[in-house]
Amino acid sequence: MGDVLIALIPGVIAQVWYFGFGVLVQIALAIVFAIIFEAAMLRARGCPQMPFIADLSAPVTAVLFALCIPAWTLWWIACVAMFAAIVFAKQLYGGLGRNIFNPAMAGYVVVLIAFPLALARWPAPAPLAAHTLDFGDTLHAIFSGHLPMNMSWDTLAQATPLDTVKIEAARGYTLAEIRNNPVFGDFGGKGWEWIANWYALGGLYLLWRRVIHWQVPVALLGATILLTVPAWIVDPDVNPLPLQHVFSGGLMLAAFFIATDPVTGATTPRGRLVFGAGVAALTLAIRRWGAYPDGVAFAVLLMNACVPLLDRITKPRVYGYGRRHHD
Amino acid sequence: MRIHRFHGGLKLEGRRKAALAHPIRGCALPPRLTIPLIRRDKIVGPVVALGERVLRGQCIGEVPGFAHVHATTSGIVCAIEPHDVANASVVRAPCVMIDADGDDNWSRLPTIDNWHETTREFLLARIHDAGIAGLGGAAFPAGIKLTVPVGTLIVNGAECEPGISCDHALLIERAYEVVQGAAVLARIVDAERTIIATEDSMTRAFEALQNALSEHPFDGAVLAQVPTRYPQGGERQLIETLTGAEVPAGGLPQEVGVLCHNVGTAAAAWRAAAHGEAQTSRIVSVTGAGVAHPGNYEVRFGTPIAWLIEQAGGYTPQAARLLVGGPLMGLALSHDEVPIDATCNAIQVLDGIETKPPAPEVPCIRCGECARVCPAQLLPQQLFGYLTREDWPRVQEHALDACIECGCCALVCPSQIPLVAWYRWGKSELREQARQHVEADAARERYEARNARLQRERSMRDTRRATNLSAIESAPTSTDEESAAPSISKSEVLAAIARSRAKRKARLRAERDERDDDGAAS
Repeated sequence: MGDVLIALIPGVIAQVWYFGFGVLVQIALAIVFAIIFEAAMLRARGCPQMPFIADLSAPVTAVLFALCIPAWTLWWIACVAMFAAIVFAKQLYGGLGRNIFNPAMAGYVVVLIAFPLALARWPAPAPLAAHTLDFGDTLHAIFSGHLPMNMSWDTLAQATPLDTVKIEAARGYTLAEIRNNPVFGDFGGKGWEWIANWYALGGLYLLWRRVIHWQVPVALLGATILLTVPAWIVDPDVNPLPLQHVFSGGLMLAAFFIATDPVTGATTPRGRLVFGAGVAALTLAIRRWGAYPDGVAFAVLLMNACVPLLDRITKPRVYGYGRRHHD
Repeated sequence: MRIHRFHGGLKLEGRRKAALAHPIRGCALPPRLTIPLIRRDKIVGPVVALGERVLRGQCIGEVPGFAHVHATTSGIVCAIEPHDVANASVVRAPCVMIDADGDDNWSRLPTIDNWHETTREFLLARIHDAGIAGLGGAAFPAGIKLTVPVGTLIVNGAECEPGISCDHALLIERAYEVVQGAAVLARIVDAERTIIATEDSMTRAFEALQNALSEHPFDGAVLAQVPTRYPQGGERQLIETLTGAEVPAGGLPQEVGVLCHNVGTAAAAWRAAAHGEAQTSRIVSVTGAGVAHPGNYEVRFGTPIAWLIEQAGGYTPQAARLLVGGPLMGLALSHDEVPIDATCNAIQVLDGIETKPPAPEVPCIRCGECARVCPAQLLPQQLFGYLTREDWPRVQEHALDACIECGCCALVCPSQIPLVAWYRWGKSELREQARQHVEADAARERYEARNARLQRERSMRDTRRATNLSAIESAPTSTDEESAAPSISKSEVLAAIARSRAKRKARLRAERDERDDDGAAS
């Protein structure tokens, strides 16, 4: 788990660079709440504190959640999310190793559904922001919910690239027109696409350290491209560039850090391929037809529910069962 | 020859240098030998009596059709009683104890000089008579595996586990015996092809084999070098590496036309044929930081481990744990008054560093490392989950029986779960369930058969009563002669009753007389 936290460092630095100190505050808040709930639940369940608190699984859940929410989100939202993640999704299922649903995504989805407005207020990334908040103002905004006198949410927040696509496409604009909006960079959104790059770098580190297996990221990113290329070729006015999908929203983070969670993911090699591809397909479907701009969290949770089935139907052939002949 | 690859496995440190630095050394004759009367899980019946004088190589126990057990030195049988043994299935077994007379006189079988022309039946009988047990670790009687002809004979020189170098040492010094023995075995099973396999790290052994084979070539004999990768010495893994074929689940290598024998077994087979020697000793690797002079020792069966350790310079102060076999699959012993037998390929005395307790066990996170290294292509993480929930149908669906207990999964597990212990428990649990199932089936069959019999008897009685009743009812009302004719007169009935009484009395009397006769006789 320590390796996962190390691998997140470049992405976290990039996210702080583009969205400010609030990112670090959210991470700290989530870690504190996660550890409090973890310790309380271990105590309530009569489990020893030591090997479990030290395994860093709760901090990993906390950091992954914190990276999914806007930097200026009110402090108690992290508390609610970590309560859902650690108490419900993890400990009530029997703790580490027994949970069916990815705790970080379960916590995120609970607050996303419960407080949609708060979680939609993403700050504009640094190169586009008209105003930024210093550290003191950030803390003030997170803990009081109030902005400095001369600012309003409208001046600070901005529609994310995925929001923009959803809203503008509904208004009947073609993608070529939509992409003229300054929020877009080369592939995804300005800033967003660079954060995704740094997450991918961390992901490569995890692959090199053999913390994660190659199947999930390859299947997830590969399926995203394979599924979007035909649509984009047929009608580029309506269907975004495949790489825009890859570099938007939480897809890259999910490909290397969330869908690769061994506990809640498929455990057979072929199962991992199906799992990754399933997350990609569901994410794309939600982005295209769903009510939410991004669907990675929902996609991961839905695929988590399929894991017992996937593991059984993708069971590898055991030695001596179904024979291979002499050559 | 094309070398295939088996799934999973691990590159492990060989830990063989120290033992291979010296030639094979003899182990002095202990004053008393304790020879276990057990082959695999079968108890062997003794064929010698207390106080009898025996010679080395003389048969002292046998199970018909299974391997014989022989005296391993000359002396006097001083006891036949249970003793602790190094066996995976039992802790104690009956043993023949021999007080050595120090002369070590042999009783040899007649030598077979022209074994090239001898019939395979004769050679096979010799393997049986000489009590050749497989020296690969399981000590399965070699003769039983040699009854069916096969296309390919594999002579297994790939070592089993780290720290074991008995096969390596044997090949370096006695490659000639191994090659000749391979020829004997190949003749018995009529093999077209004989592959003598060593690991690619065993260069000295390979060179020795090349020399031996060029001096004594025989038809179809080839040498092969296989990658050094644990568990390459496993029979199924070696067969897969050399032929690409998988032994079917629950089946034998013969089903894919292959037979596998250890190099030590081959050498013993040759000594049995050419010198008429029964199998009375084996090479044992004595290794580990806990023993003063590690090395390979030629040890008689029945030698106490304590004696062997003494011959190897005794324990060092670091000695912490005594193992028979390797660190992965070996058997830990609680004391050293246990005799060496054919299964003991190594005695390892580990130090405190090697035996330091692992980090505490934590929950499985399904990382799948175990599945990556499993040579049986199992999903150890899933099996573990189903075993903890005692979900037996799923355990069977995931083919627990295919587990070879090599220990790779437990070695790589980041959660330090003792997986092999779980699988051993699961297997014994399933065996027990199968046994109970058979018993329950038999009981149900008996119960159903009894019910059916009672039912049959009841219905027969009912029909008889019904016909009697109808006969009685119809008798007085019937007026015509035809229906009255079958009715029986009272006197006839009384006569029949009297006859049957007389008959029964006669029978009872006869039985009583018989009993009295028996009583008188005894």
